[in-house]
Amino acid sequence: MDNIAGSKPALTWAVHISAVLLVALWVFPTLGLLVSSFRTSDQIASSGWWRALSTQESQMPAIRLSGTETQKDGVFVIEGNLFEGSSATVARWGINSRDPEAYAAGETGALQSGEALTVTETGSYTLSSTQSMADLRMPRVFVTASQPPQFTLQNYDTVLFKPAVGQSVGKAFLNTLTVSIPATIIPILIAAFAAYALAWMEFPGRALLVAAVVGLLVVPLQLALIPLLQFHNAIGIGKGYYGVWLAHTGFGLPLAIYLLRNYMAGLPRDIIENAKVDGATDFQIFTRIILPLSFPALASFAIFQFLWTWNDLLVAMVFLGTTQDEMVLTGTLLNLMGSRGGDWEILSASAFISIAVPLVVFFAMQKYLVRGLLAGSVK
Amino acid sequence: MHPALQAIQTIVIGVGGCIGYFYFSNLLLDKVLFPARGPQAGRNISRANMIRPWLFLLPAMIALGLYLAYPVFATFKLSLFDKSGETFVGFGNYAQMMTEAKFWESMRSNALWLLFVPAASTAFGLLAAQLTDRIWWGNIAKSLIFMPMAISFVGASVIWKLIYDVRPEGAEQIGILNALYLALGGDAPQQWLTMPFWNNFFLMAVLIWIQTGFAMVILSAALRGVPEDTIEAAILDGANPFQIFFKIKVPQIMGTIVVVWTTITIVVLKVFDIVRAMTNGQWGTQVLANYMYDKLFTSLDWGVGSASAMVIMLLVTPILVWNVYNARKEMR
Repeated sequence: MDNIAGSKPALTWAVHISAVLLVALWVFPTLGLLVSSFRTSDQIASSGWWRALSTQESQMPAIRLSGTETQKDGVFVIEGNLFEGSSATVARWGINSRDPEAYAAGETGALQSGEALTVTETGSYTLSSTQSMADLRMPRVFVTASQPPQFTLQNYDTVLFKPAVGQSVGKAFLNTLTVSIPATIIPILIAAFAAYALAWMEFPGRALLVAAVVGLLVVPLQLALIPLLQFHNAIGIGKGYYGVWLAHTGFGLPLAIYLLRNYMAGLPRDIIENAKVDGATDFQIFTRIILPLSFPALASFAIFQFLWTWNDLLVAMVFLGTTQDEMVLTGTLLNLMGSRGGDWEILSASAFISIAVPLVVFFAMQKYLVRGLLAGSVK
Repeated sequence: MHPALQAIQTIVIGVGGCIGYFYFSNLLLDKVLFPARGPQAGRNISRANMIRPWLFLLPAMIALGLYLAYPVFATFKLSLFDKSGETFVGFGNYAQMMTEAKFWESMRSNALWLLFVPAASTAFGLLAAQLTDRIWWGNIAKSLIFMPMAISFVGASVIWKLIYDVRPEGAEQIGILNALYLALGGDAPQQWLTMPFWNNFFLMAVLIWIQTGFAMVILSAALRGVPEDTIEAAILDGANPFQIFFKIKVPQIMGTIVVVWTTITIVVLKVFDIVRAMTNGQWGTQVLANYMYDKLFTSLDWGVGSASAMVIMLLVTPILVWNVYNARKEMR
């Protein structure tokens, strides 16, 4: 097919450019959040993330002067730097919040109480007065400055190790892990045995059962919420991890059986018949031959189930509960969107922590994921 | 007990229990109930082989029956009872639901989602598949477009909320949509998520963004399966690339397009997380699954909640029947 496009350079270019545009459109949203998670809240609030790499001129939050007073030639002087370590270039500055750009860098302004203030381009300031300023409340300075690009790990540190009340992302991370690992492993074995029976054993009603599994594939789990809560209460496990694990196992089984059955049914008949002739039992055939050969399908399902349980919100909300300690990452994120909706530094770092694990799994195991998708839907 | 220990214990008990069950039940069948020796060895072997499939299937059948089949009937029953599930009210809950404006709003939004999301995802997926199949960096492009599949709906909602972010007029816009809108000559920053009617489309964009990768992967495999000779014949007859795509390739993968379309349709019918996270059903964006959640867990009205769950089930049923029909056809 290459020769079709290759014969027309213009078309080849059109294809490349459209592909670049499409990819950019799909990557941009995630990139925006990733970049934002490495910026300080001031940076996020004052400029779009797409300008994170350029030098930015912005009005900084008011800075209150501080420093010790020295006396020179009968004049009391306080000196210091507004930025203390970080580099920025002052463009305009002011003393009054109503006129924050009153003076240019290097100019001297007069305060209401009589002191004189000079701010230079580098941010160093000199406050001088004829009287002692020891008892004076230090003035605030408003600065419009251009800052070089700056990135920080502060947000991740805050979110993971110094959470404010009601936003323990670290705890939620552990909860999510606790939910998803057993919920991924347990259905696999149950499904594998059932899939083998449906693929290679002869018994009446087999076709009917396969059809039932296909039907259950699309039953919305919304229907299961209240009846299963009642059931869990009746058998005494109530809300908690056991309930979530059982629910995820039940909801994941149809896909597991369907994927594994399709894969196993495609294995060569000779191997299985030869083993039977040699006197192997079904149990031996299953554990020694089918299970190792089905590894790709098992891996596919494991990835699906892991992504699904990690990313799930509804099942965790209903079966695990919604108090602080029981929250999974998606639930915590949902709460943060409600309570800290404007604090993008918290939100973006939390969101990235929650999507980091699935992304790693995705890029590492993409081959199996694609294979599973193809086996699951294309016939 | 610490939850992590509980998890490890559950894995060990769960996996060990499964292996133990399968091993010992087979052992019991072969050695104790129907031993393959003695005068009736032959009959015993065939009897054991009649029972064995059911041993293999039993745990799965119990789990499926209890967690998916039984709830359908239990929910239907609940939908015929009042709030607390005690008094029988017939179809009263359904009648009450029909009078609620929020329910009709949900139906309308769901209809919009059904109309646009599968169509847009499939179209973008087809476009992405066709474009990436022809270029040397196609695999990288594919995996980048496919990536949102790994992101949770809630995570994706955070990502897109940043895009739709709005700052007061005059302030620097940090949401890229408003920044673009102003740069292209818009007069004032827009509140995208509260904009009546159109906000539904801004929510749909999130799901389309996620599902396109899925559509692309499957359609790309189907496109590669189109026989070369049909394309060569078309080239010889002087067809241009667009004609080859729309008149030769697309008709041959129609079956796959239908599968992709229906799969995304099912996802759309159950959409919950995105709406919950971005608007919580306010400003005319309510959908059935979120309406149901509100009824069940906020209003604690199990009757109407179950009734709305049954509506979702009813909408899924045609696809369910169609899938089962196809599966049976294949089995023959």
